Amino acid sequence: MVSNIAKTANLASSVLKSSVAQSLKINHPLSQSVRSAGTAAGATTITVRDALNKAMEEELDRDPDVFLMGEEVAQYNGAYKISRGLLDKFGPHRIIDTPITEMGFTGLCVGAALSGLKPICEFMTINFAMQSIDQIINSAAKTFYMSGGKQPCNITFRGPNGAAAGVAAQHSQDYSAWYGSIPGMKVISPFSAEDYRGLIKAAIRDPNPVMFLENELLYGESFELSEEAASPDFVIPIGKAKIEREGTDVSVISHTRNLLFCLEAAKVVKEKYGVSVEVLNLRSIKPLDLDAIFATVKKTGHAITVEAGFPGFGVGSEICAQVMESEAFDYLDAPIERITGCEVPTPYAKSLEDFAFPDTPTVVRGIEKVLSLGEWA
Amino acid sequence: MYKQMIIIRRMEMAADALYKAKKIRGFCHLSVGQEAIAVGIENAISKEDDVITSYRCHGFTYMRGSSVKEVLGELMGRRIGVSNGKGGSMHMYADGFYGGNGIVGAQVPLGAGLAFAHQYRGKKNCTFTLYGDGAANQGQVFEAFNMAKLWNLPCVFACENNKYGMGTSASRSSAMTEYYKRGQYFPGLKVNGMDILAVYQASKFAKDWAISGNGPLLLEYETYRYGGHSMSDPGTTYRTREEVQNMRSRNDPIAGLKGHLLDFEIATEEEIKSFDKAARKYVDEQVKLAEAAPEPEKKMDILFEDVYVPGSEIPILRGRIRDDSWDFAKKGFAYR
Repeated sequence: MVSNIAKTANLASSVLKSSVAQSLKINHPLSQSVRSAGTAAGATTITVRDALNKAMEEELDRDPDVFLMGEEVAQYNGAYKISRGLLDKFGPHRIIDTPITEMGFTGLCVGAALSGLKPICEFMTINFAMQSIDQIINSAAKTFYMSGGKQPCNITFRGPNGAAAGVAAQHSQDYSAWYGSIPGMKVISPFSAEDYRGLIKAAIRDPNPVMFLENELLYGESFELSEEAASPDFVIPIGKAKIEREGTDVSVISHTRNLLFCLEAAKVVKEKYGVSVEVLNLRSIKPLDLDAIFATVKKTGHAITVEAGFPGFGVGSEICAQVMESEAFDYLDAPIERITGCEVPTPYAKSLEDFAFPDTPTVVRGIEKVLSLGEWA
Repeated sequence: MYKQMIIIRRMEMAADALYKAKKIRGFCHLSVGQEAIAVGIENAISKEDDVITSYRCHGFTYMRGSSVKEVLGELMGRRIGVSNGKGGSMHMYADGFYGGNGIVGAQVPLGAGLAFAHQYRGKKNCTFTLYGDGAANQGQVFEAFNMAKLWNLPCVFACENNKYGMGTSASRSSAMTEYYKRGQYFPGLKVNGMDILAVYQASKFAKDWAISGNGPLLLEYETYRYGGHSMSDPGTTYRTREEVQNMRSRNDPIAGLKGHLLDFEIATEEEIKSFDKAARKYVDEQVKLAEAAPEPEKKMDILFEDVYVPGSEIPILRGRIRDDSWDFAKKGFAYR
């Protein structure tokens, strides 16, 4: 039973969220720029939020050992409404609201996973998971190895990662690189609704601890979903990147919401210079799809990486190192350029926050640099 | 229970000797003096109940079903060890035994999770979640208490209060040292952890309490370790030798049970001597077997094994140098 206060809160929050989403909505015809996985016939359009919601519902249906635990996931229907309706369908036994005690409930979820259940442990934002990081890494990720293969831990951690809009420094960090370095973890960072759908299923079914990094600003975005992707057993294998746009002159390697800017930038440089950009959607941070990265670099001979994490020791750094160490290095006609978040704690004022994360003009500048165009001509 | 306690005592003493002989590396936290707790709890619960504790875990690993050879083997980093030599002293697991945890206090929310799983599955089982006086002040312990009481979890929180968190006495670490009261809104019992009959009865009571839907219970087992915090701590810089001697001579759990056995004429002096002899013989044999056992082979596929569940590995794990990276599909080096 949702109290009247909660109902009002729900209403207020959904109005607020949709208006924020509207004001941020970039004019990008996504349906056209994203290749659908199957035939056009039978395809539908779905928001990331609904894709996640439906996918979790199906996994909860499929396996009684799966449950969802986190702050506001049940009665509030999810802080971002990702778990809307799940409490009504599955009841408080499977959809569980927690107190605001991240370290405690994360440890509790890990303990349940050690016992053989399959928890989905939701963090309201991945920033809050810093409170739980010992449980995630030392109790979950390393345990199978430390136990000599005796004690698996089938757990899925998920929540919005990286920036929202105007939420400032403590609520805007991108943790892809932190979790990406841990042996024993898998780290996923989806982009399209199809990615979210196929990869959350893969994550829940995967017997290892998986960190599923979402993006709050993507929740309201709509994408085309192919008929194939709508099947309940549609699972995307973890570790396979996807070419979002084929090209020949430069490879733009990115993940999550940054791909919106990459796809926009591809259009801009096509018009301005006739340059053909290949955009690679990593989908997976750990493991990185090295084969796909090397293949695109070898194809185009120029590359940039685009991510929202802090620049030092990041996903882009790792990609540069991997390429440099590989046979793909010989195919580069220019060093790889990294586009990253800015090295500041995220400022609040919009005029400054605009400098904190990649956007279309910055990606364009990156492409221009590696191709010696624009100011580098 | 007497036999079990003396095996643990002998096993821990063997570990002490092996550590001094440099056959055991790294950390080694012994439970000499605290044997009654592992033995008392095990006798009070069933195989379907769980136990989870911290790094002072060798006695529990044995009681939950591992052999002395497997425990000592793990300590010496041998392949026959409980965790195939990959974990060491602090990371031992068995059926219904979830370690062996190296991070102080982290095991407490895990234990609440194990209890949650019993409840989720509708099983009438409980989880004994052990932690020390040093861990009792951890925030996550209270987070676990809160959820356990809120959701009525069948979790017995058991504080093994051996009076010292490493070198810091309880009174120097804790504003309130009555640890059984720390579960402010659920009941707690203080138990003489040096008296195995008390430990046994209290543990039985706690199990019944937890599985009858009463939610969590806090047990404080008041106990003592004769050794230091670990093998690198002599244990005498923060407490007097007299104190240690006093506990050993007047409160030893093994001597205490022996006294009962004799007083109640359950066993004779000769019989007890034969138990002692049998335990020594068994442990000595197991030590020999463990010492003779090989370490894990120095092969990359063994090194990289079990980072992920077999069949679900990521394609490549990197070695110290790129050339030493391992390809799981190929079952060989990735870049050679």
